[in-house]
Amino acid sequence: MANNTFPPESLQQARALVDSLEAGNEADVHEQLDKLAKLRESSLFHELGKLTRELHETINSFHLDARIAALTQTDIPDAKERLNYVITMTEQAANRTLDAVEQSLPLSTQLQERAAGLRAPWQQARAAANGALNGVGDRIDAFIDEVETDAVALQKNLSDALMAQDYQDLTGQIIRRVITLVHDVEQNLVGLVRLSGQRMGGTAPVPEPVVVEANANVLEGPRVPTLDTIDSLKGQDDVDDLLSSLGF
Amino acid sequence: MNKDMKILIVDDFSTMRRIIKNLLRDLGFNNTAEADDGVTALPILQSGSFEFLVTDWNMPGMTGIDLLKAVRADAKLAKLPVLMVTAEQKRDQIIEAAQAGVNGYIVKPFTAITLKEKIDKIFERLEATA
Repeated sequence: MANNTFPPESLQQARALVDSLEAGNEADVHEQLDKLAKLRESSLFHELGKLTRELHETINSFHLDARIAALTQTDIPDAKERLNYVITMTEQAANRTLDAVEQSLPLSTQLQERAAGLRAPWQQARAAANGALNGVGDRIDAFIDEVETDAVALQKNLSDALMAQDYQDLTGQIIRRVITLVHDVEQNLVGLVRLSGQRMGGTAPVPEPVVVEANANVLEGPRVPTLDTIDSLKGQDDVDDLLSSLGF
Repeated sequence: MNKDMKILIVDDFSTMRRIIKNLLRDLGFNNTAEADDGVTALPILQSGSFEFLVTDWNMPGMTGIDLLKAVRADAKLAKLPVLMVTAEQKRDQIIEAAQAGVNGYIVKPFTAITLKEKIDKIFERLEATA
């Protein structure tokens, strides 16, 4: 009987019903059944009342929770600001790298061209010196060759550094998506806080909840490999295959 | 293919515009201009004699796909070759771009070789049909 949640009078009522049935007293049976039904209704209302009170208290404690207010007033706007600052910083860093690459590429081209231009006059001067260079001649020959090949390698490496700066665009697009998500969460939280304020007698209008679009036309942005969906193509080869199937 | 042709590069990220501009310069194309979305790109295209458009898709203001559609709908610009360079790689989007009349589609991140191949292919096809 430890977990019996029935009102204490229910057993008494049930016995009275059995007595009436055994006695074959129809009017009494109906009366006992009515009493049992009322007992049941009142316990239902009691439970409902308890639930309502709990809900009310939850909303009150939510309203009073300073942490929620801090989240909507400072933490989330700060989070958006921080993410925007990441985009600004990566943009500055990428531009510094691009400045350095753009200044270095012509230097490397010039080195290559100057080395190539020196070769013929140097060979003439070397022949005229008639072996009086004590082995330095061979080293200068090798040096001119090295400058030419190294300048080509330098240009390739600088081009790689240039291409690598595309991270700023790609990460920037991903961060912008997160900023939008944070903004949507913020709006919904503000709505919830206002709703609880209104419940407590406040008059602030409750904003419509932000519906996060699950629309097929929403742009997905850069591919995040761990988040691939069935619809995602995996790079240029997949795209080329699809386009060629379309007659491209 | 005329290496002096005027090329418009449209992307909302200035770093990506710089990268594409440098790659085009490496390929011998020095006559480039830039815009940061479709809204600014369209009047530039309408006022100048551009022969090639390289555009991103996802941009605030006017997106690349809307710019492509606006170009195709403009009698003066309708035949302008358009290369899309974008991170968008959903099947439906590529089909949409193809149906809107894109000439080439490059997915970010891409390589200098891919850019060269797609540009060569676009102009080979144009010359073949001209």
